[in-house]
Amino acid sequence: MVLYGVAALALCMLIGMLIGDGLGVLVGVDANVGGVGFAMILLVVATDRLRKRGLFPKPTEQGVLFWSALYIPIVIAMASTQNVAEAIGGGPMAAIAGLGALAAGAALVPVIARVGGQSEALPPMTEEEKQEA
Amino acid sequence: MEIVADVLERNGLLFAFVVVGALMLLSGWLSKTLTRGRLQGSAIAIMLGLVLAYLGGIQTGGEDGLADIAIFSGLGLMGGAMLRDFAIVATAYGVDLQEIKKSGAAGVIALIAGILVSFVVGAAVAAAFGYTDPESMATIGAGAATYIVGPVTGTAIGASSEVIALSVAAGLIKAVVVMVCTPLIAPFIGLNNPKSAMAYGGLMGTTSGVAGGLAATDKRLVPYGAMTATFYTGLGCLLGPSVFYFTLVGLFG
Repeated sequence: MVLYGVAALALCMLIGMLIGDGLGVLVGVDANVGGVGFAMILLVVATDRLRKRGLFPKPTEQGVLFWSALYIPIVIAMASTQNVAEAIGGGPMAAIAGLGALAAGAALVPVIARVGGQSEALPPMTEEEKQEA
Repeated sequence: MEIVADVLERNGLLFAFVVVGALMLLSGWLSKTLTRGRLQGSAIAIMLGLVLAYLGGIQTGGEDGLADIAIFSGLGLMGGAMLRDFAIVATAYGVDLQEIKKSGAAGVIALIAGILVSFVVGAAVAAAFGYTDPESMATIGAGAATYIVGPVTGTAIGASSEVIALSVAAGLIKAVVVMVCTPLIAPFIGLNNPKSAMAYGGLMGTTSGVAGGLAATDKRLVPYGAMTATFYTGLGCLLGPSVFYFTLVGLFG
């Protein structure tokens, strides 16, 4: 049943959000701390266990994979609803502050990625994966 | 005409699917013909989306880009935080937990370094433009972290509304630029494996920026980048009005 997959995904997300909000209250900030991250870990662990017991069959899996496949379209919709006009209207100082933060952060990626040994690059995407994207 | 608009408004989410589908089709074609596949279709689609958001924003003066135009309001639901986060979590399906454990230390360091660097760069730029009081420097520094950390910090320490607006603009610029530039800078910073994606998410922190940028680079990296980015705003809201602000007061107050 496809819906079981969607429901499992939604449940993981809701629990993750609850943990994130709870953590926010705990440290005294009005923000969700890591909700999506907790939800992801929950999904990975829970589905892994269910799969090993044969309780996460293909149709159920489809419910999760469908939303994963919708990720890029959703991100495109997100891009089209950003407040770009205000971002550009902020003038040079806002632009330099934002760009500077990006440049400084990006420069640190190779440094920090070295922590705990080098990582192998992912293999190139197969044609099938490209089609999905 | 009125009937058409009425149907599209009432079925906003469905029309959003059609609009995004058309946008992706066009982008895929542009990617093949103009860049010979060098720039991914999704990267072009995100850029087109941002251009449309700009046009929508100027047209209506609203905050939600194209979604402020009534017939496109469904884009707001489709691209809103709920479905976005839902889809991000879904991309984690099948992720190797070992990979995350292996990269955990790098992710944590990236988070702390990312927030610190954004604060410092933002505050330095603010000072360079003449905002030398600790409240303004802290708020704009926080805005350079994300457009949520900026106003949260500014409100907490009593910055002026003009400075808070600037901090939001700085955060928005960062999100937009991260979306557009990630696929372009990825080859130069080794952004091609889960660990560097986790570092990238922690260093950038803007969920929308990282979500869009990694989607345009390699979708398989999304869950790793999102994993660390999701802690960034909360941690920023914690550190901005406290440690960071008091340090600035101590230095420049």
